[in-house]
Amino acid sequence: MDVTKTHIEKDYKADRPLLSCCYALDGAHVFVGCEDYKVWRFKVADGTKVELDTDAWARTLLLVDAGKTLITGGYDGRLIWWDALAEKPASTRTLDAHQGWIRALSVSPDGTTLASVGNDLIVKLWNLADGKLVRELKGHESHIYNVAFHPNGKTLVTGDLYGNIFDWDLTTGEKKRAWKAETLTKYDKGFHAQIGGFRGMVFSPDGTQLVCSGITNVSNAFAGIGNPSVVIFDYAKGEQVIEHLSKGPLQGVAWNVAVHSEKMIVSSSGGRGGYLLFWKPGEKETFHQFKLPSDVRDFALSPDGQYIAAAHANHHLSICKLDAKQA
Amino acid sequence: MARRQFLGTLTGGFVVGGLGTFTHGEAAEHLRANQMRVLTVFLSGGVSQLETWDPKPKTDTGGPFRAIPTAVPGIHISELLPHTAQHMDKLSLIRSINTKNGDHGKGKYQMLHGRNRMPGIDNPHLGAVLAKGLERPNSGLPGFIRVQAGGRGNDSAYLGPRYSSIGVNGAPPPNSARVASLSAEIDKSRQDLRRRANSRFMSTRRTAETDAYTQTYEQALQLMEKRDVFDVNLEPAKEHERYGTKVDFGRQCLIARRLLENDVPFVQISHTNYDTHNENFNFHLEQMGEFDRPFSTLISDLHERGLMKSTLVVVMSEFGRTPRINARYGRDHWGSAWSICLGGAKVQPGAVIGKTNENGTQVIDREVDHGHLFHTYLSAVGLESTSHFNIAGREVPLADPSRSAISELIS
Repeated sequence: MDVTKTHIEKDYKADRPLLSCCYALDGAHVFVGCEDYKVWRFKVADGTKVELDTDAWARTLLLVDAGKTLITGGYDGRLIWWDALAEKPASTRTLDAHQGWIRALSVSPDGTTLASVGNDLIVKLWNLADGKLVRELKGHESHIYNVAFHPNGKTLVTGDLYGNIFDWDLTTGEKKRAWKAETLTKYDKGFHAQIGGFRGMVFSPDGTQLVCSGITNVSNAFAGIGNPSVVIFDYAKGEQVIEHLSKGPLQGVAWNVAVHSEKMIVSSSGGRGGYLLFWKPGEKETFHQFKLPSDVRDFALSPDGQYIAAAHANHHLSICKLDAKQA
Repeated sequence: MARRQFLGTLTGGFVVGGLGTFTHGEAAEHLRANQMRVLTVFLSGGVSQLETWDPKPKTDTGGPFRAIPTAVPGIHISELLPHTAQHMDKLSLIRSINTKNGDHGKGKYQMLHGRNRMPGIDNPHLGAVLAKGLERPNSGLPGFIRVQAGGRGNDSAYLGPRYSSIGVNGAPPPNSARVASLSAEIDKSRQDLRRRANSRFMSTRRTAETDAYTQTYEQALQLMEKRDVFDVNLEPAKEHERYGTKVDFGRQCLIARRLLENDVPFVQISHTNYDTHNENFNFHLEQMGEFDRPFSTLISDLHERGLMKSTLVVVMSEFGRTPRINARYGRDHWGSAWSICLGGAKVQPGAVIGKTNENGTQVIDREVDHGHLFHTYLSAVGLESTSHFNIAGREVPLADPSRSAISELIS
């Protein structure tokens, strides 16, 4: 794999700007949330698409049950279970889960528990089998932007608009500790508003590091003047290890982040043009930035790590191969 | 700011026609009897009509928020305003504003002066017009008060500095208390001496300027007696709690209530910033969250205290925001089809004036602009908006003569 040769292999279009993105586990389909209040399942091979009518913007998508079930989290506060791979996907369960937006979902390593977070400042844990509420975790004082189960299955981290990261003990439901991602949030005094938060949040596979993405160096909140950033924390210490920044530096938000099996960090940017960003561990600057035709609002790695699906503001879904074009 | 400075220009400048010059005699009596007053809430930066008063859910421009029902059957507003929605039976909406402008400065001028800004022409601020129109001759309080910003404004144009704005922040004006070393008796003796001297001087050489000079002193004394009106800290702690202690806008609303209760004719408060070219939805979620509860608490209080009948409340901005959502989840400047909320005084409650098309890109019914709105505000407090000021013998229209009030909104 030579990611410096990354290129767009497929390009498909929806009717409205795209919001979110999720790769099917078989690698054959990509789900995208869209501003038309639907989720679309695109067939990677030919771009044929099937609708899942969420009746709300879906900011977060999560596959569970070995990829057979898709869960969408809507801006209307509803969680919807979908028969993901059916010819005509139907909803199998709908929960009025949160007051206000759902911003992120995570599934426990054993596949039994779903965590959802949103604007009601509550972390909710759900039994995936029957959809029953297991527990509520309270303590955040600003909108919760993201959530990630630790690989050990015993703890869960959540991050909010103010940059606070809470580490929850799942056996007791207590907040064990908290720390702050100082660079990923800012109160803009001229704008009188907070900007930032965790747009991406994921653990490294061994659980030693927490990887978060967002916007930093914000000089003008209302114009979105700031730089995409990925901050890595030592999970045991709750301390920042490194902040990965783009060359240029680019303007915009790192809307998601992933840890690639090929020992690299991958993110994307949107705000003043779209890029895929690649870092090697320990290096602050990217070793490669791939320019895309439009702002990227979310992306997903394919299960084999060979592709990235990028959801764009200009209605397009790009399937990018992280390697040279085949002769 | 010194007390002398605070009041120094209250009565200087032009001498213009009084209340009777731009209201019918009967109307003037009505105004005096009913002590009408006005509160404007300015949402700086250009609040989104789609995230407030004219939501368009499930359209290509609608954004992620839902529309919620209100206290008035059939009227829906954004889900970002759940508390305000409960008071829509006391408020009304104008959803068909086309000011043909996307510039912050020009838009603010339009909405607060009722006309387009023209080189070489200075029009009085709405607050100055109303401070004059609703003037309480025996009140020691300024007629036009801006909350939050300090200092004295220069916004009364040809009406003269008497009607310019005063900025207050919830504390008594600095240096407005009698110094401790001066006893009440001695102070009274000083004032009596001044009055006798003034009286002798004016008996032979009275002019408009000497009248103004005298009035300045008398108003200063009245203000000293009423300095507590400005002190919001005299409100009980539970009132501060109700309005919200964490948000400055809550404090502004409580100050506004206090000023209106004390019969200040025009009060302006503001909330910022709505200039959401980036992250329109996240920022409106935050800002409307700050706005909704204090504003609805204020409306509730004015209603329960019987003040809505005599108080016009207008929530305005310099323009709206584009129906199109940009790549940064932002909305840009848009003066072509937007909304305001108003209520109280003579405004018909629970009304909706005008309409935009399905996705909010155009006005399709009862198009109005800032000129119509200015007339409407004046009419809502009983002023004859089509009459004139008499400025040193010259007639100056109170409001843009090419426009008129939205008459169907006025009871």
